[in-house]
Amino acid sequence: MSQHDTPDTPAPTTAEPAVLLEGLRRDYRVRTAAPGERRRRSRIVRAVDRLDLTVARGEAVGFVGANGAGKSTTIKMMTGILQPTAGGVRVLGREPVPERRRLAREIGVVFGQRSQLWWDLPLRESYRILAAMHRMSEAAREARLERLVEGLDLAPFLDRPVRQLSLGQRMRGEVAAALLHSPALVILDEPTIGLDMISKEGLRRFLREDRAERGTTLFLTTHDMGDVERLCERIVVVSEGNVAYDGALERFRDHLGAPRELIVDLAEPRDRLELPERAELAAVEAEGIRHRIRFRGSELTVPALLSRIGEQAEVADLSLAEPAIEDLVREIYGRRP
Amino acid sequence: MSALGTIATASFRQYSTYRVATAAGVFTNTVFGLIRASIMLAAISAAGGELRGYDALQAATYVWLGQALIAPIETFGTRELGERVHQGEVAVDLLRPTPLLPLMYAQKLGRSSFLLLARGVPPLLAGAVITGIALPESLWSYPLGLLSLLLAVTVAFLADTLVNLAAFWVLETRGLGVLYMAVMNLLSGFLIPIVWFPDWLLTIARATPFPSMIQTPVDALSGRVGPAESLLPLAVQAGWVAVLALAAVLALRAGERRLEVQGG
Repeated sequence: MSQHDTPDTPAPTTAEPAVLLEGLRRDYRVRTAAPGERRRRSRIVRAVDRLDLTVARGEAVGFVGANGAGKSTTIKMMTGILQPTAGGVRVLGREPVPERRRLAREIGVVFGQRSQLWWDLPLRESYRILAAMHRMSEAAREARLERLVEGLDLAPFLDRPVRQLSLGQRMRGEVAAALLHSPALVILDEPTIGLDMISKEGLRRFLREDRAERGTTLFLTTHDMGDVERLCERIVVVSEGNVAYDGALERFRDHLGAPRELIVDLAEPRDRLELPERAELAAVEAEGIRHRIRFRGSELTVPALLSRIGEQAEVADLSLAEPAIEDLVREIYGRRP
Repeated sequence: MSALGTIATASFRQYSTYRVATAAGVFTNTVFGLIRASIMLAAISAAGGELRGYDALQAATYVWLGQALIAPIETFGTRELGERVHQGEVAVDLLRPTPLLPLMYAQKLGRSSFLLLARGVPPLLAGAVITGIALPESLWSYPLGLLSLLLAVTVAFLADTLVNLAAFWVLETRGLGVLYMAVMNLLSGFLIPIVWFPDWLLTIARATPFPSMIQTPVDALSGRVGPAESLLPLAVQAGWVAVLALAAVLALRAGERRLEVQGG
């Protein structure tokens, strides 16, 4: 059964990056029949195309992109269940396909759409089995589980069969299952899909805490930009199987120069405010009380804008709306031919 | 405890929670046992009290043991692995640090241990009360019978796994499963003892692993085949375990390759 694992490969040095993708390519053969034709023709679909990416140990990377951009294919190649068509993959210094099971001891994976828990057993039993699979001592298991139960608030349903859990409860259980063996790299594929705001926040808070405690590398794919904003420092946008943007999250907004929006509520209604050159009035609402002002983060600061407004009127309340990364991603796609 | 031991005990406990299903299974197996025993006894009576080595009591014992083994052997096949392959859930299984086949076998042993006690014993007791059952003459028949049963569970598990692994290549395995079940139920000696087959069919049956799944353990447990004579059939069972285990490992490896190369 150990057909893929070469026996006793020495543990690679921690100097190697957590993830190293070099010119990674993956083609799928798709067979479709053209309209009016009986015979199906096969054609090649390139899901991942010359993808280069290095993730250092301890980094938290949000890997985002539209459906079909190649996110899942990349993750499958990183975990060793899919062989690249061309190019190189190294994860924690290992070759994923030949060293799949060995790698499985060092990484934790959550596929939001699939479960790694035992459906008909109490949640607690899944952790007993997983701990045995990872050859954890009873003491190590109990200590780690205690931390996970507390951090993810699992206690209320730890003894309930998994099939009876709500989606939010199950996802917390899945994350605990992926983190049980304290993996060096955590790969989360859509971990908050279908969760309500409170469940999402709880999950994110714990992921941040655990990462701060253990220096884990986090690799996250999601459609929820809140996940990226709360969990990651770096964002990688994939489009058509290739990296369309790679950089720090804050600079990502500036890079695109997407406008921010300042909403001020004035003490006294006013028809117009004199604004600096690079700011524009988007709307006046509530009969002159609420003013929506658009400006670009790189050209104008909020204090400068506020002091200018303060010269003209008394500000009762204000709020600042950051551009949603979703819109920014769309903008990136829009720019590409 | 080892990973496989933990999985086996967890699987035992998991099945012990399905109380209603267990009770319904016991009831069904017992009722069908009664029907099958009536037909067998009628046939033997029409044949003049004995039919190819089976008298009335031995025939009843054969039926009740067969009914008792339906659940632990999983005579009617399983579909879980094939479904996991089709739905892509097998990716999760392949990402576990424990290899898939030993993991499934541990689950199977835990499950079958529970099913043997909960679904195997009651039909036997019912049979003992209703028709009476023949007990083996030698005490050696008990340990050898249990060993034969373990081998039978293993052979059936491996063959069933091979059928399920076909899901890596074909989109719909239900037809294959039904075909397998029909062939297995006949050639294993589940429906009628294989020695009742015409010679040509008996020859075919003996060239397959199917009699190792039911006929052999039933013969060994009932003592119809004595301890010394059952050693050869047990060796045949062990041989099939080796052959099918190799086939299953190769099939899974090919399936994984296919997944790796063609995608899920």
